Amino acid sequence: MTDGTPGAANSAAPILSRGSGSSFLGDVWRNFCRHRGGVIGLAVLLTIVALVVLGPYFYTVEVGQPNYRARNQGPSWDFPLGTDNLGRDLLAQLLTGGRTTLAVGISAMLLSLVIGTLVGVFSGYWRRLDGPLMRLTDLFLALPILPLLLVAVMLFRDTLRTAFGPETGVFILLVTVIGVTSWMHTARIVRGDVLALKRRDFITAAQAGGTRETTIVLQHLLPNVVSSIMVSATLGIATAIITESALSFLGLGFPSDYPTWGRLLFDGVNFIQITPTRVLWPGLAISLVVLSVNYVGDAIRDALDPRALGR
Amino acid sequence: MFAYTLRRLMFAVPTLLAISFVIFALLDLAPNDPTGDLPLTIPPEVRDQIRSSLGLDQPFLIRYLLWLQQFMINEPLNLLERLLGVELGNSSERLRVTSWATRSPVVDLIIQRLPQTLWVIGLSYVLAVLIAVPLGVLSAYRQYSWFDQLGTFLSMVGFSVPTFFTGVLLIVVFSSWLGWFPAIYDTNHRVTDWQSLVYQLRQMAMPVFVLTLYNTSQIARFVRASLLDNLSQDYIRTARAKGVKERSVLLVHALRNSLIPVVTVIALGVPAVFSGAIITEQIFRVNGLGQLLIIAIQGADIPLVQTLTFIFAILIILFNLIADLLYAMLDPRIRYD
Repeated sequence: MTDGTPGAANSAAPILSRGSGSSFLGDVWRNFCRHRGGVIGLAVLLTIVALVVLGPYFYTVEVGQPNYRARNQGPSWDFPLGTDNLGRDLLAQLLTGGRTTLAVGISAMLLSLVIGTLVGVFSGYWRRLDGPLMRLTDLFLALPILPLLLVAVMLFRDTLRTAFGPETGVFILLVTVIGVTSWMHTARIVRGDVLALKRRDFITAAQAGGTRETTIVLQHLLPNVVSSIMVSATLGIATAIITESALSFLGLGFPSDYPTWGRLLFDGVNFIQITPTRVLWPGLAISLVVLSVNYVGDAIRDALDPRALGR
Repeated sequence: MFAYTLRRLMFAVPTLLAISFVIFALLDLAPNDPTGDLPLTIPPEVRDQIRSSLGLDQPFLIRYLLWLQQFMINEPLNLLERLLGVELGNSSERLRVTSWATRSPVVDLIIQRLPQTLWVIGLSYVLAVLIAVPLGVLSAYRQYSWFDQLGTFLSMVGFSVPTFFTGVLLIVVFSSWLGWFPAIYDTNHRVTDWQSLVYQLRQMAMPVFVLTLYNTSQIARFVRASLLDNLSQDYIRTARAKGVKERSVLLVHALRNSLIPVVTVIALGVPAVFSGAIITEQIFRVNGLGQLLIIAIQGADIPLVQTLTFIFAILIILFNLIADLLYAMLDPRIRYD
């Protein structure tokens, strides 16, 4: 950020005309609050995240502790959401599984953001790299993603398991394959933004002033593309969570003693007749998170819309 | 336009080659051995013979080029023969891509599975388009009405709730509790009379509904946004000002223009019809292409995985091209030449 001044407000000034006296972030927040779905979504999302992060500290039932006397039970005081076919408590599994699911979603999103932003900035700023990098993006867009994900997971799961242990190995694998196959839209958006920004006077001024290229990119370009990255970041979490759950659902994700929401759903399907709630809760959790993330993404996009900010 | 099409087609060839190479290399890089599942009592020299019968003793490049020749030249020739009913060259000696698991040609397996996928998944996509367009139009035309509020909420839900949850939920409710629809799709079922037709429709109901819900919400969101963009344009105000009937303002002036991007989105979604329905096929046990891929992946049947993935890639590139060409045809402002 440029020296001392409030960073986002200062550097975003070139793209967004704003009323005097109000900060950029304040404007965005006010616009965000106008979007009812977004506010509700944010509340639901924060609640779920809080439950998942803090829940295991308050609900101290050991995860994955089998209890053969209490198999396939419905909700009761001892087991608020019932138990599975080995008598393991569903609520405890749901809370711990949520941590993994959210961690995979957020890390995969971060990875795809980093790759996407790098590719976008490089191809937008340096004309020589534009052609090859955009062809690479097109190539990735033309890859059949879900089949390739399945293939990659099948092929490399065992190697990574032996190298890093069953849980960490699968975590690394899932985050990598999801991140590597979902950066393309971010790259295109960032490239478009960079191409538009590159021609603006403040970049020319910085170049004329002899600023180094890396400094221009880091201090002048990146802060201005943050807003569009934000939107793809939120939507990226939703995609990553769905992909992870889909892989787990197909039996290609985490091992079954290591719960994630997708895995719980997958394991529950076989006991659908006995304990339908085993399917209901993880599915509901995934759906609620994705739904609220999508609403938040919509709201951020609307809030960052220059037409809305100009009002 | 013709020159543009040709140029795009020319560009598609290296892209496809690159993709096929990436897929082949990825599968080859992987540390797995197709003879790994065989009993340990098989002596090593027999194991080597099995490997060489699968063509695994050849270097990577040779195997890749062989696959390329088999898939790009031999199989199209076979299909042509089947279509025309004539023999082109000595077709019995032509090498085909064979599955390791079933030892039958991969293309034959795909042809067996194609009808189920096309019926269930294709039907759901057609239904989705038919429902989504009127839904999106009404939603946009009555923006902020209760219909729009409900429609946007429902499409957001349909778009966010993953198909593996809606599918399972439907099975719980309609097949486990109510018993209205069968949970498993029976491919051997033949439609011969009225009763069997009803059964066919019943077993198709749930998978089709799941996919229709998902696709409808995506397309309806797009139709709504696109129509809203157009409804606020000046030419709509002009049309209204000169007294054009509201009906034709909406359906002729606004809708025709706003459907241009929608048509391309629909075209772009077609490849996902084939590959994205893997999960739905898996839930309802529809033995289509997606399920074939899953079986192949679980059995490490590399030639089958390779071919299927590559066919999905061809579809994506083909429909990208179709989308671009449709855009140019429908929107007179776009000129590629």
